[in-house]
Amino acid sequence: MSQGRSPILELNQITKAFGGVEALRGVDFSLYAGEIHGLVGENGAGKSTLMKIIAGVHPEFSGRFMLDGRETRFRSARDAHAAGIGMVHQELSVAPDLTVAENVFLGNQPTNRLGLVQWRRMAREASEQLARFGIHVDPMTRLGDLPIGLQQLIEIARVLFSGARIIILDEPTSALSPPEVERLFTTLRKLRDEGTSIVFISHFIEDILRVSDTVTVFRNGRKIAETASADTTKGALIEAMIGRGGEALEHSYTDDLMLPQSGGGATVLKVDQLSLGRSLQDVSFEARSGEVLGIYGFMGCGQLELSRILFGKLKPDGGTLAVDGSAKTFRSTAAARRAGVALVPESRRAMLFHQEPVYKNVSISILDRISALLLKPIRERAIAQRQVEQLQIRPPVVGLDLGMLSGGNQQKVALAKWLTYPPRLLVLCEPTRGMDVGAKNDVINIVRDLRAKGLAIIVLSTEPETVLSLADRILVLKRGAVVREFAGEAVSKDRLLEAA
Amino acid sequence: MASSDSATARADHKQPHGLGSFVRSQMRNIAPFLTLIFLSAFFAIASPSFATLDNVGNILTQVSVTGIIAVGLTFVILCAEIDLSIASIANVTGIAVAYFTLQESYVNIANVPMPGWAAIVLALALCALLGVVNALGLTMIGIPSFIMTLAMMQIAAGVSALLVRGQIAYKVPDLITTLGSGSIGGVPWIVIVAAVMLLGGHLVLTYTRFGRYVYMVGGNREAAEFSGLNVKLILGSVMVISAVCSGIGGMLGVAHFGSAQQNEFDTYLLDSIAAVVVGGTSLFGGRGGIGNTIVGLFVLGVLNNGLDHVNIDSFLKILIRGLILLAALIINVYAQRLRERAAE
Ligand SMILES: Nc1ncnc2c1ncn2[C@@H]1O[C@H](COP(=O)(O)OP(=O)(O)OP(=O)(O)O)[C@@H](O)[C@H]1O
Ligand SMILES: [Mg+2]
Repeated sequence: MSQGRSPILELNQITKAFGGVEALRGVDFSLYAGEIHGLVGENGAGKSTLMKIIAGVHPEFSGRFMLDGRETRFRSARDAHAAGIGMVHQELSVAPDLTVAENVFLGNQPTNRLGLVQWRRMAREASEQLARFGIHVDPMTRLGDLPIGLQQLIEIARVLFSGARIIILDEPTSALSPPEVERLFTTLRKLRDEGTSIVFISHFIEDILRVSDTVTVFRNGRKIAETASADTTKGALIEAMIGRGGEALEHSYTDDLMLPQSGGGATVLKVDQLSLGRSLQDVSFEARSGEVLGIYGFMGCGQLELSRILFGKLKPDGGTLAVDGSAKTFRSTAAARRAGVALVPESRRAMLFHQEPVYKNVSISILDRISALLLKPIRERAIAQRQVEQLQIRPPVVGLDLGMLSGGNQQKVALAKWLTYPPRLLVLCEPTRGMDVGAKNDVINIVRDLRAKGLAIIVLSTEPETVLSLADRILVLKRGAVVREFAGEAVSKDRLLEAA
Repeated sequence: MASSDSATARADHKQPHGLGSFVRSQMRNIAPFLTLIFLSAFFAIASPSFATLDNVGNILTQVSVTGIIAVGLTFVILCAEIDLSIASIANVTGIAVAYFTLQESYVNIANVPMPGWAAIVLALALCALLGVVNALGLTMIGIPSFIMTLAMMQIAAGVSALLVRGQIAYKVPDLITTLGSGSIGGVPWIVIVAAVMLLGGHLVLTYTRFGRYVYMVGGNREAAEFSGLNVKLILGSVMVISAVCSGIGGMLGVAHFGSAQQNEFDTYLLDSIAAVVVGGTSLFGGRGGIGNTIVGLFVLGVLNNGLDHVNIDSFLKILIRGLILLAALIINVYAQRLRERAAE
């Protein structure tokens, strides 16, 4: 579709290194008006880095940057914004303390002639825009009080409706459930037809194939392939991404899957009649040793709250919770940890210390087992090194600040924190969010190993694939209540969606 | 591979990473140190009496009480909290230790004489108790530390007032007198105590598990909680540590000044906060440490002392101190941003 026209954005031989780490090596990339350009590649392949260069976040790089046929250099994200480039970052970058309306208009609030913000107008326009996108919230609520998926939607909406002519979406769907993803795609197609250029990064290859016109594959900081979406397949893309056959990894879970008949060993966790405000109503279930319990539901179905209660971060209004047969009321996360519960929350920011090296991130939850009073840094590093190798975290340098790892590798560190001394009950929220196909497969194997060791594991996710690929038994949560349990029977993506 | 190597070499050439980003990420440690060197050089040139061994001893003695108080405050600020009650707690502890010591007959205070050790223990218990109240207010009730310690500042001042009722006490237990105003081999004991406490604080922060927790809680409180740390316990502990350090500083200070009275320590609130922040410990928590505090103490010490040597209008002195503090705050906040940019 792009022959004969000249690209609005053309990058030539882009190279970028962070200290010793080469993130991009001589990449060419062009973007045309009115196209949706998909970007795929393993964790750390350099996708985000290239997009940040386009959005002016990394002003220092080498290579040629042409916008509208003219050589350009942005000195800051503000320059890029002024040139009509908008980006939704992989890491949520909203202002949680501002209202929804302020977030929607961040940086360009409507003002009157005196320069005062027109609050009423801002609130009205914000709720109009969000409604167009299927979001109905009070524009004056504090953004941080909303669930993370909704925050992500609002951030996306802000960029989509900012009037930018080049829109970059870096894994925008990671916190969204299928209906929101559908709405997003409809909006993207409409914007494209109006002439906007869109770059869309995702680890969901099916989504990429469905929505984009062109796909570019990255590997190891280099562009490996660029094709029209119509001319390629999931298998071919995966093969290009990881450099070997991807047959095992392209499972799509559209067909029925048989859940195992037997239900694990002894009961580790028993939850009875748990309720919390309007988020959870009379939730009861058990998690057993040597079994993975999947809990599936759309965004806002109460999963988040449930996981927080299990880890002692939230106190339920009613109901009981027992670990290994003894009733517990966790007064802190420390108490939950001592009782053998571990949680990997869905948000990396909530779990990791970005300014600290990888090894301190890995050791923080087990420090009391490693050292009584004095720290033992050598031991800490050794333990972290082992985890880094086992989980194939890249680059495998435990002294590197965590913030320098790519998103997917950070996610692996979050998991690594709990693996040195496995807990009794491991609660994983969106464990594969932001991971590439290979890494997802790694996680599946890790979880299976842990299951074999007799851990009780709970996986909560809004992605049907995640639950289907991991769980032995599945609960469906809807508006805070358990509406369906799949055990020892056939289940598929469609059946899950139907129940939710 | 081969084709990429030339591209990479070019990248290294063009990008000022490496040294540039190191300097940017270390800005908070470098800037205070340069300030110290600059100020010292300036005063050494401006006044012949500044750079003498005697005067170095003076500076050390002058910063000792601030140093003792700043040890605990460093813990608090590393956790991204603040303690505004340090000076008041120092004051009330100094007064308490005098209150429990037999005063000369002309001192008109209804004091309760006790053996020296008991007076010291009671005074320490008092400051620890006030620290516990701070801790409970912050962690159990959830009052922001800024507000909680503001209230504590008043409460401690109130207790001080009730104990001395506008009078002045002079005597403190012998041990305190020695540590506060005696010296050994020409080195004032108070300097030794300050050095030992600073060293102790540094060791705790750098080499113990608790110290790591302090940095992690300050770096990202939510992540600390999701890692299963007892965040409230850690925050509570730093408030108590701060109060006890203040109390020790107060007792020795009273001996050092030779009297215990109301409002004696008022200037130490600002001085201690300034020492910690000027030294480069981040107000956002998680970055900095005792090493920074020591540099900050010397910057303030050299500044205060040096201004005396160059014959400046004493009112102008206050303004100059304020401006230096402002500059340090700007650097502190700016260093955080530079670091974030360097990490990008
Ligand atoms: N600020 C930084 N400092 C140092 N290294 C960095 C920095 N940002 C990225 N890198 C490195 O650059 C490489 C590319 O990272 P990038 O974030 O572009 O990957 P990605 O393709 O977006 O991966 P993911 O799918 O995991 O998000 C990685 O090796 C990463 O560790
Ligand atoms: Mg990325």
